[in-house]
Amino acid sequence: MTEIAKKRPEFRNIHAFGDLPGYRWPAASIASGMHRISGLLLFLAMPFIIWMFDTSISSEISFARFRSAFNKGLWIFPGVLVKLLALALIWAYLHHFICGLRFLWMDTSHAAVTKQFGASSAKFTIVASLLLTLVLGAKLFGLY
Amino acid sequence: MAVNYGSRRLVVGAHYGVRDWIAQRVTAALMAIFTIVVLARFLLTSGPVGYDKWAGLFAGQGMKMLTFATIVALLYHAWVGMRDIWMDYIQPVGVRLALLILTIIYLVGCAGWAVQVLWRV
Repeated sequence: MTEIAKKRPEFRNIHAFGDLPGYRWPAASIASGMHRISGLLLFLAMPFIIWMFDTSISSEISFARFRSAFNKGLWIFPGVLVKLLALALIWAYLHHFICGLRFLWMDTSHAAVTKQFGASSAKFTIVASLLLTLVLGAKLFGLY
Repeated sequence: MAVNYGSRRLVVGAHYGVRDWIAQRVTAALMAIFTIVVLARFLLTSGPVGYDKWAGLFAGQGMKMLTFATIVALLYHAWVGMRDIWMDYIQPVGVRLALLILTIIYLVGCAGWAVQVLWRV
């Protein structure tokens, strides 16, 4: 008699909120997760990014409007909030950029996909993007 | 003829996903080049960058071509990435389809706006 095969577990999709917190999160996973989050952020903020491109480049008058958005505020939002959004986007871009280069490197080099190098390059990505964000954020908020 | 669809669908062979995967890499490389070009030209500008110098960066035809190609690359890149996100986290087929459609409309609309701005300079 053939035994009825035990129903094997099927792994299809991630139940984001149920499964993700239970995972082990080494540096490479954090870098990868942040890559996804930063990408989503850039996607959602696209109208704001194009608005910045539009107002900063269209004319002298709109350029002045662009600058005042960061100092006096935009619509109902105070300038600080606009700057904070810009800061979040600066981080998102830097992380997505550096992490993206890391992925391209790993796609083209076997040396880049070792366990050790994967861990250290992931840590470098996270730290470098945060440090650069701090430097540019200080400039954005007029600290130097 | 042998059935090759449904559960017997051939899942290897003819670029199921490879095309999008490689397109995401190629578009990423183009956007990285664009970033470096803009950054280099920005940093090589002498003196404070006001409206004239900033708008001047995008005035030339060569830069317009690069920027336009980058906008199109961004459109495709964001499409592949958002499709990955919806496919990973959104299970109900109807909701997922709606989000995919909205993503396309949103991205094409944004790309159109960016292109319009580019040719205003």
